[in-house]
Amino acid sequence: MIELQQLHKTFGGKIAVQDVSFSAPDGQITGLLGPNGAGKTTTLRMLYTLLKPDRGRITVDGVDAALQPLEVRRRLGVLPDARGLYKRLTARENIAYFAQLHGLDAQLIRRRSDALIETLAMQDIAERRVEGFSQGERVKTAIARALVHDPHHIVLDEPSNGLDVMATRSLRDFLRQLKAQGRCVLFSTHIMQEVAALCDRIVIIAGGRVVADGTAAQLRELAGEQSLEEAFVKIIGSAAVGELA
Amino acid sequence: MSPALAVYVKECRESLRDKRILLNALILGPLLGPLLFVGLLGFAIGHEREQADKPLPVVIIGAERAPNLVAALEQQGLQALPEPGDGDGDGAVREQRASLALRIGDHFAEDWRAGRPAQVDIIYDSSQREGGSQFERLHGMLENYSRRTGAMRLIARGLVPSAGSGLLIATRDQATPQARGALLFAMLPYFLILTSFIGGMWLAIDSTAGERERQSLEPLLVNPVARERILLGKLCAAASFSFTSLTLGLLAFSIAVRFLPSQRVEMSLSLGPAVMGTILLMMVPLVLLIVISQMVVAAFAKSYREAQTYVGLLQLLPLIPSIALSVLPVTPQLWMYSLPLIGQQLAMLRLLRGEAVTALPLALCTLVTVVAAVAAFLVAKRIYESERLAVNA
Repeated sequence: MIELQQLHKTFGGKIAVQDVSFSAPDGQITGLLGPNGAGKTTTLRMLYTLLKPDRGRITVDGVDAALQPLEVRRRLGVLPDARGLYKRLTARENIAYFAQLHGLDAQLIRRRSDALIETLAMQDIAERRVEGFSQGERVKTAIARALVHDPHHIVLDEPSNGLDVMATRSLRDFLRQLKAQGRCVLFSTHIMQEVAALCDRIVIIAGGRVVADGTAAQLRELAGEQSLEEAFVKIIGSAAVGELA
Repeated sequence: MSPALAVYVKECRESLRDKRILLNALILGPLLGPLLFVGLLGFAIGHEREQADKPLPVVIIGAERAPNLVAALEQQGLQALPEPGDGDGDGAVREQRASLALRIGDHFAEDWRAGRPAQVDIIYDSSQREGGSQFERLHGMLENYSRRTGAMRLIARGLVPSAGSGLLIATRDQATPQARGALLFAMLPYFLILTSFIGGMWLAIDSTAGERERQSLEPLLVNPVARERILLGKLCAAASFSFTSLTLGLLAFSIAVRFLPSQRVEMSLSLGPAVMGTILLMMVPLVLLIVISQMVVAAFAKSYREAQTYVGLLQLLPLIPSIALSVLPVTPQLWMYSLPLIGQQLAMLRLLRGEAVTALPLALCTLVTVVAAVAAFLVAKRIYESERLAVNA
């Protein structure tokens, strides 16, 4: 269970995130939906303790991120916006490096890597150097690297960015598997179809604020629209108007 | 495996797979200095010896007025060149048709017979590369001849020739052969320090500015590892490369030195295992200080290229004391050992001269460098712990 309460962050006087509160329960996929520049990445960066919020509180299973940042990071599997892999290492070496940083022993690293390589269908690229990987192969490697310590909470920043249709489909299947295992999955996106296809709960963020929070049905009802896309446009539109007023 | 060790192993492995880093840090860096240095030095020594053995070509104007003088000079190694058509020695030297000319005075024969000093003019150009040393040789030959004939005349008049000299001057050079070698090798400490800079530079840049530019720093920092441990691992990797470069450079020097004709010009350089060991040990804290400074500078830079520029400038820093030490005639004082870079250079110079370095300056130099390295580490730690490191906000 991830809980964010009244987060606030400014960069050099410019407000990036304002009063953001929401929670991501276990066994569900929570989508953080919003246009580019809405504050999604900043919010997630505060969650995985790369940035310190100016105000507000973050807990992961009750552990306070401000007080025990290492403990929080241990519980999270993170696919950040920046996916940089080490291109002179093989996919397997990239995965093993992060496993070592989590303090896993060699035997466990081998077992977990094998399992992830199989699940993500990476057998034919595992021993190759990352240099020259396709975008889809990179994302797979980055996801395997993020999950090698078997985290209960999984945070993904725009995971489908740059993926083709087939890769996106298998990513969705994979996220559903994680959910079925009872894990807490939180991901951000600016693509409507993504949340519609996957999420149990949707948090819409615009202009650094949470403007709506609920299931797809609740959001359609809130906006009085039949399609989720129309509801999204309407909610974000009204938020922008609210911002101007 | 502890996280710092994991970072260390990964940085080393990744760098060993990078041809550019390997080439620069472990081959070009250590070899360029010794090859360039020994090549130039070998050429200079060889040239000097060659010049001393070669006959000295001199244009002689009016040789027919002093055949005895010319014959005596030729015995001392002078090669008489024919007079130019116009008989203008000054013009020949000025226009570089000849490097040296000797003009026998018009009244030479008369004066000689009358026992008066007879005039000869040496015409040379001191701004020419060998003008000075050739002039010295010719001047020496003439002095010799003048002294000999002077003594003969005194004897002919029944006087003791030594009465003509007020003083008897003898010179004894106290420089040991090693010290004479070290004069030429004054730049060697700079080369060794520069090698340490080059060896650590690529890793220092690659593992900070490079990692940020390739966007792998953010995922790395998401791991549950304190940032100072990550810093420590990277730093040790850069220091290992730097130290390896230094060791290779020193070995290359010790081998290259054997190819110098130093024995024949009475020079030797002590670069045995004991001296090399002492130098390496003494350089450990300095290597740490160097790579930490490089990492601080690289972490400040916004991009890889910017980091390369700054770290490149940092590299010029050790040149300042080297030039100062070789140009200014300073006697090493104890306090100078308390300056990192200078202290190590002074100590290395002494060791290369075959002199012992006492414990006090060594301890002082090491202590100050360690303190500076710790201070630099604290600065690096602060940069690593700032939000700005991973996020280009």
